Amino acid sequence: MQKIARTLAAAALFAGSAASVQAADGRDYISIVGSSTVYPFSTAVAEQFGKTTKFKTPKIESTGTGGGFKLFCAGAGVDTPDIANASRAIKKSEIETCAKNGVTQIVEIKVGYDGIVLANSKKAEQMQLSRKDIFLALAKEVPSPEGGDQLVANPYKTWKDVNPTLPAEKIEVLGPPPTSGTRDAFVEMVMDHGCEEFAAIKALKSTDEKKFKAVCQTVREDGAYIEAGENDNLIVQKLEANPKSLGIFGFSFLDQNADKIQGSAIDGKAPDFAAIAEGKYPVSRPLFIYVKKDHVGKIPGIAEFLAEFTSDRAWGEQGYLAEKGLIPMPKDEQKAVAADAKALKALSVKE
Amino acid sequence: MSEARPMSTMARVNVGLAARYRKERRFKFFGLAAIVASLMFLALLLASITAKGYTAFRQTEILLDIHLDPAVLDVNNLATANYAALVRDSVQALFPRVENRQDKRIVAKLASTGAAYQVQDMVMNKPELIGSVKSVWVLADDEVDMFIKGHIPRNVPESERRISDQQAAWIDQLTAAGRLQLAFNTTFFKAGDSREPELAGIRGAAMGSFFTLIVTLVLSFPIGVAAAVYLEEFAPKNRWTDLIEVNINNLAAIPSIVFGLLGLAVFLNFMNLPRSASLVGGLVLTLMTLPTIIIASRASLKSVPPSIREAALGVGASQVQTIVHHVLPLAMPGMMTGAIIGMARALGETAPLLMIGMVAFIVDVPHGFSDPATVLPVQIYLWADSPERAFVERTSAAIMVLLLLLLAMNAAAVFLRNKFERRW
Repeated sequence: MQKIARTLAAAALFAGSAASVQAADGRDYISIVGSSTVYPFSTAVAEQFGKTTKFKTPKIESTGTGGGFKLFCAGAGVDTPDIANASRAIKKSEIETCAKNGVTQIVEIKVGYDGIVLANSKKAEQMQLSRKDIFLALAKEVPSPEGGDQLVANPYKTWKDVNPTLPAEKIEVLGPPPTSGTRDAFVEMVMDHGCEEFAAIKALKSTDEKKFKAVCQTVREDGAYIEAGENDNLIVQKLEANPKSLGIFGFSFLDQNADKIQGSAIDGKAPDFAAIAEGKYPVSRPLFIYVKKDHVGKIPGIAEFLAEFTSDRAWGEQGYLAEKGLIPMPKDEQKAVAADAKALKALSVKE
Repeated sequence: MSEARPMSTMARVNVGLAARYRKERRFKFFGLAAIVASLMFLALLLASITAKGYTAFRQTEILLDIHLDPAVLDVNNLATANYAALVRDSVQALFPRVENRQDKRIVAKLASTGAAYQVQDMVMNKPELIGSVKSVWVLADDEVDMFIKGHIPRNVPESERRISDQQAAWIDQLTAAGRLQLAFNTTFFKAGDSREPELAGIRGAAMGSFFTLIVTLVLSFPIGVAAAVYLEEFAPKNRWTDLIEVNINNLAAIPSIVFGLLGLAVFLNFMNLPRSASLVGGLVLTLMTLPTIIIASRASLKSVPPSIREAALGVGASQVQTIVHHVLPLAMPGMMTGAIIGMARALGETAPLLMIGMVAFIVDVPHGFSDPATVLPVQIYLWADSPERAFVERTSAAIMVLLLLLLAMNAAAVFLRNKFERRW
């Protein structure tokens, strides 16, 4: 009994000391949350920053862009994150949530581009796709193949059905689930665009935008599009095992696995470093980080972290971020963004 | 007349006997087949993980002759000197014929960025080395490592691998000169997480797991045992205790992510404990393991024969004395087994930790309960999701370490049971 009593006392003491630890909350490291696409890049900067400065290495959580903004906008106190990674620009609704919770000064920093690729195994032929082909292959409802403006449930079974120049292989695409930022971007940049090639649907855009989005952005659910989870390595492995299928993921995974998989050319452009950097490959998106201006000065090292992120040795053409697969912006744009970051120019709320 | 006699019992038994034997053999065969199948799956799992992971325990190193130039280093600037330049110059010195600026830069990348820190540590520990030329084995870049280990194939077109023909030639040159070796990968056990595979280690995650489990054990074991003792020995049998029992059994079956959500609401949002700390992780896992420990403890209390209680009470012991002096010591091995199995489950959890911010990139090795930390299974998950190829083998190696820990914990449970268990 004495033993148990002693253990219990120790436990109580322990819980008490834990509470006192919390009381003195002066966080001395930067806390970053957000997109899993930006994660590999901001972690690389964080590590370099931690090793070369006197500051602690920032802590980075991979929560997804939306989840990141939710945490970021939860309040202005030091118990909330300082920086949010995002694979898309912040939405108006998110700025409003932020403002409601006291976060009014947000600095937006564009860090570079990421390409989204549609790839298949090297054992198969490289695909030459257009965005229209992809829309027809993956949308839930498509304009009737017999002609006319009517929408029918997607009847296409093989790529040849979609476009006679493509191989007669079953349509099978592995991609991320709807919670993923990669999926959002893919739908926006490929499906929407492919959709607009049909006059009848394009007309919807001005008359009934909701319907337009529903038609263009709904992916078919009859087994042709397979949700493969957020793990891009898994998709790469599955492509290798099944040369007939295609996969959707970030450019850095193609870059690392070029001996096993090849990117399909979209609208005549194959995804390579140069094509994405020059903006010629159609499916690329900007990546951002968002900083709470009020935390600069309260949390040590934020300004220095931003300086490291926007330095030439990080995001330059030969920088270590390019090595990790981040596609750098043009030099002039980098200069402008770096200057804004240095001045901590806050986002002005439009309207 | 004899034909009219009914069949004797023995005869009837004998008729069906062959069929019954067959049935029994079939039954045994299915049981055996189930065992063989599960063993095969286990062997397959272990073999595939080991086959992928064992190479991670060795790491390619390059022998460099580093001139610790007094022009770059002096005793006053040891912390800030440009060690990267020293490393770069000495790698480039190995290939005097490379003159093109672009190529020189690629040559410099044969050594890991971590080599500079290695040199820095060396000089900081022994400042008297300044001015000398020192031969050191430094870490090679992860792609060189993958190439040496054969994970980057040689026989594919140049454009399809991340090592060019030129780089391959340089690496061969180094190998021929005896300047490349595969050494035991100490970094893997000494370092925290890193985005450079050759610098990444499991120390940070292992320490995080350790702190988290300490919190879990210190809280869940005493509470679990106390609850079990009360429920089993003191509580009256009525509708309330029945309700509590049903609830405890239900809690043991709840998906662990639910405990994470609860932890987020209570510990982070209400009690304002720090995010990503192993303290909070431990609290959440305590909630998760409590039911397991209570159930195991109650079962082991139940298995203590009533005669022992009656004898103790008979010689005049009070109820508390009976329990503390006789019942608890006899039930302890079973309770500890339950606790260890509960801990082993807690060691393998990731889902509840996602909610409280322990799925994060953390480089610094945690030193206390409120430092930001991550745990082993989370580290495995994060590495499995990284694009760099060298993380594939490190993922498997981390899984091997986790499996070994789990095996050790389960072996401890078996050992305790066999050593201390009493049979009546």
